[in-house]
Amino acid sequence: MSRSLRFLLANLLFFAIAIGCASQLQAQSKSASQRLVLTGSSTLAPLVGEIARRFESQHPGVRIDVQTGGSSRGIHDVRKGIVAIGMVSRALKPDEADLHAFVIAQDGVGIIVHADNPVRALSREQIADIYSGRITRWSGVGGTNTRITVVNKAEGRSTLELFLGYLQLRNSEIKPHVIIGDNAQGIKTVLGNPQAIGYVSIGAAEFEARRGARIRLLFLDGVEASVENVRLGIFPLARPLNLITSGEPQGLARQFIEFASSPQVQDLVRAQYFVPANTD
Amino acid sequence: MFRLILTDKLLIGILRVGAMLAALVVLLILIFLLHESWPVLSSLPITRFINDVSWHPLENTYNLMPMLSGTVWTSSGALLLAIPLSLASALFIVFYAPLHLATAYKRLIELLSGIPSVVFGFWGLTTLVPLINQWNPPGASLLAGILVLTMMILPTVTLTSYTALAAVPDELLRNAAALGLSRWGMIKGVALPAAKTGITTGIILAAARALGETMAVLMVAGNVVQYPETLFDPVRTLAANIALETAYAMGDHRAVLFVSGLLLMLLIMALSGLVELLEKQRHA
Repeated sequence: MSRSLRFLLANLLFFAIAIGCASQLQAQSKSASQRLVLTGSSTLAPLVGEIARRFESQHPGVRIDVQTGGSSRGIHDVRKGIVAIGMVSRALKPDEADLHAFVIAQDGVGIIVHADNPVRALSREQIADIYSGRITRWSGVGGTNTRITVVNKAEGRSTLELFLGYLQLRNSEIKPHVIIGDNAQGIKTVLGNPQAIGYVSIGAAEFEARRGARIRLLFLDGVEASVENVRLGIFPLARPLNLITSGEPQGLARQFIEFASSPQVQDLVRAQYFVPANTD
Repeated sequence: MFRLILTDKLLIGILRVGAMLAALVVLLILIFLLHESWPVLSSLPITRFINDVSWHPLENTYNLMPMLSGTVWTSSGALLLAIPLSLASALFIVFYAPLHLATAYKRLIELLSGIPSVVFGFWGLTTLVPLINQWNPPGASLLAGILVLTMMILPTVTLTSYTALAAVPDELLRNAAALGLSRWGMIKGVALPAAKTGITTGIILAAARALGETMAVLMVAGNVVQYPETLFDPVRTLAANIALETAYAMGDHRAVLFVSGLLLMLLIMALSGLVELLEKQRHA
């Protein structure tokens, strides 16, 4: 009995200490001199998180909090004045002209197939036909006579939004055979299925292909899918990754945006398979 | 003596509080789910979740039934495969295998139960799905989901059945032997009925795990929202739906995902209610 009692007491003590520490930490963070909160795109959040960590280490006393929730949350929060900076992983729409956008990187989406697939290039119409189920065999686009496995992204992902916008299709018109979450799962799915077609971030696909993964990025409308072509702005399926503010950014927000678009963070941008905005 | 009573009372108090807290957590989860899904539950008629064309929350169609069917099909398929295999394994360990083989076999099953679900999912995605794809594309399918789930719940049912069978009093078995029953007669007539409750509990535990399993199924089942017509059609389960879309959902979309969580919770509650009912009937 007494042993279990001691165990309980020890546990209670531990929790008391843990709670004490936590509240102390909170108090500390409140006393930090400056605090910046960013919300928005989950595509951008990991990159901005890394940039924020580097910024914090160069500016002691500054605390940057990065929260996701999607591009629309970023826009909503900036308009309401809840946060100083929002993250938006697409170009601003005409009805969003009240906001200031600062491009910190470019992201391209490439169509991938298995390396055994003889098809090298597709046009926008062909892809739209494949994804809406009008072409169901590879022979329809110059490949072998096998059934096409259409890999689509889950609803709500910004990559899907970009892809649908490019094809001018609604998601309910697409006839998928597999629905995936992240880029890694998409690449694994295509690797395991020589008849599959999917779309993922070009950077991630290039990286995997260079490491020997048997996937191929297709030419799209005659343009090679490469990080280089995304940088040059000639690849059709690309988007800017923006930090947005309402009105001219001031003070800490301005400092952070300048830092995030400076050459000091290019290595971080590349590590996330994005294309740095200002490489010159 | 007096001190012993005091500590007993203290411990009972602590245990009571602990038990109440545990029960409260379940209640809180339910309240939280209701609270988060309230925006759509109050503005949409419930029938929308049954009668809508499909599941496209961004285009305002919210049919959850294909995913409910996906959940039920994968789980029941896995149970159908796992129960006979597990019972056979448990009987083998307890009644048929020589001692050293039984120990080794049991260790192996225990090892299987310790493998994290994401490992099963990864194996499924890189090995099982391509294999099924060669046979009948696209590979990511109801069948793959069932096979992966089977492997995950097999150890649960085997180990609980083993424990229940091993706990059958020796007396009963010896009496049965004295009556001249064969080994199979003894198992069928004495051991299995005596261990029934334990075995059922194991099956229920496994069923609950199968219903709620997320990552492994997400990786192998294809996740297309539809009613499967064959074993080779992809399906999406309720749990996979939440995992796939939550990170990117806002507003109504997010609230509808909480509705699918609520539905999953109700499904599991119905399951445990059913078990309770069966128990009562048996004792009545």
